[in-house]
Amino acid sequence: MADQIRVNSDPRAALAGASVKQIDLRKRPRIGETIIQTILYACGFISIFTTIGIVYVLGQESLRFFASDEVSLVEFFTNTVWQPVIGEFGILPLVNSTMMVTIIALLVAIPLGLAMAIYMAEYASERVRAFLKPVIELLAGIPTVVYGFFALTFVTPWLREIFGRDVVQIYNVMSAGLVVGILITPIIATLSEDALSAVPSGLRQASLGLGATKWETAIRVVVPAAFSGIVAASIVAMSRAIGETMVVALAAGASPQFTFNPFLPAETMTGHIARISGGDLSYQTIDYNSIFAIGLVLFFMTLTLNIVSRMIVRRFREVYE
Amino acid sequence: MAMKAIDPQYTADSKYALEVRNVDIYYSAFRAVKNCSFGMERNKITALIGPSGCGKSTVLRSLNRMNDLIAGARTEGEVLYRGQNLYDPDIDAVQVRRSIGMVFQKANPFPKSIYDNIAYGPRVNGWKGSKAEMDELVERALRGAVLWDEVKDDLKKSGLAISGGQQQRLCIARALAVEPEVILMDEPCSALDPISTLKIEELMFELRQRYSIVIVTHNMQQAARASDNTVFFLMDKEDRAGQIVEYGPTEQIFQSPKDERTEQYISGRFG
Repeated sequence: MADQIRVNSDPRAALAGASVKQIDLRKRPRIGETIIQTILYACGFISIFTTIGIVYVLGQESLRFFASDEVSLVEFFTNTVWQPVIGEFGILPLVNSTMMVTIIALLVAIPLGLAMAIYMAEYASERVRAFLKPVIELLAGIPTVVYGFFALTFVTPWLREIFGRDVVQIYNVMSAGLVVGILITPIIATLSEDALSAVPSGLRQASLGLGATKWETAIRVVVPAAFSGIVAASIVAMSRAIGETMVVALAAGASPQFTFNPFLPAETMTGHIARISGGDLSYQTIDYNSIFAIGLVLFFMTLTLNIVSRMIVRRFREVYE
Repeated sequence: MAMKAIDPQYTADSKYALEVRNVDIYYSAFRAVKNCSFGMERNKITALIGPSGCGKSTVLRSLNRMNDLIAGARTEGEVLYRGQNLYDPDIDAVQVRRSIGMVFQKANPFPKSIYDNIAYGPRVNGWKGSKAEMDELVERALRGAVLWDEVKDDLKKSGLAISGGQQQRLCIARALAVEPEVILMDEPCSALDPISTLKIEELMFELRQRYSIVIVTHNMQQAARASDNTVFFLMDKEDRAGQIVEYGPTEQIFQSPKDERTEQYISGRFG
């Protein structure tokens, strides 16, 4: 610091006669700053490089898969049989069971999560809310393998009890879907709660001042005003459900089949990838390459959802002053 | 519940639309307003004035139980409306607000169309009429708030897409649509330009024919030119509780106040 203030170092100051303190305002190199800035910059770009890397690997292996004589793009997207052993590579059974799990999960999670969010944002006292929100977030921290076990050893027996053992198989889509629903409920609850809490309190007061009840205010004013945030929360939860692997691998079964019956076993895209990559397939075989093609489809599904969610948020966001 | 809150026998001969008797209002342990008693005459505009923190908004909000929404707020004493004490344990706050409407400081239209903003109140109050009747009601409310001519061609437009002054008149129209008897206004012009303010004041004179109005204002000129009666509040320096210094006809309060403090306040020596 001492060299920053130079006394009479400038000849002009000397000419002026008096011992005026001259402050050096000239640019100086700050090497530490530059290094830190570069490192932070690099960190920022790691996410982009990782994404590019993943797309590259997925793309390359998928290309090999589609370049082989055994499968064409059309067959891949239209064939309803996935039996690598006999050379049938139709992704529809996998996509179908993924969508079934996702839809069941959302049917559980959207009402439940939204109800939790409405309770926390509109009804709960400050104290209850301060307690409840961390607990719900804790629910999101439970390892998914535990959820998978929960599905297999608790939910499935319970379903078989209710609907009959002949109807409900030991491995079934319903059990996995319900539990994935519980798993994504905290996402919807906490993100929706943020959206509801961000609605200006003036709107609630206006509604209550017109003689609306709390529930009417919540449902007819606050929820519509937070609509974009709630939709975005649901889409984030949906991508999570599509990508969820452990629960479906444990509870949904290991036989890719094209069925709309949720009580039958079926394998999802993620479940299949997990099983194949955990197995003893050798590299460079067509079976092995097929999972990259599935991965690429998964990637594009979640990417599309992310883009849609951003569009919805931008399109429906209400602007308050 | 509704039957009990509204007693038509009482209306004919009562002078006051609303009457406050010995009201104390607390926020948790803190007494924000003390010993408050005054009446608000029927079909008149009553202005509540006073410096910041004197409790005038708190009193206004106690008149339709909006203070209920603040955790820890408590009202003691009586607020009489049609012979009923609004703070009786068997009075339903939701029903109270259907008869005593409110317009807020900051215009707060719903993020819905202008039409749906107006229709909201009737709808939550169990509207049973036809679409044509609702159209009529929306038009009547907007005309009542002198907004109809400006927005009649874009009723589908968002309530947030019009100017600040128009938004505030939309909020007034929205309050009119539930056909209340009393309209409470909490500094309705504080965020508006002078022209919009003047429009709202003219509107208040119009509304006076059918409604009783209570307005909180910071603006002395507004109280002087746009009210019939004035209540002057001041904070007690010792316990920081707001209390009434003086109330009476606006002319008297502004031209020959009885209390020295009123005189000082309206002549701009403090506040």
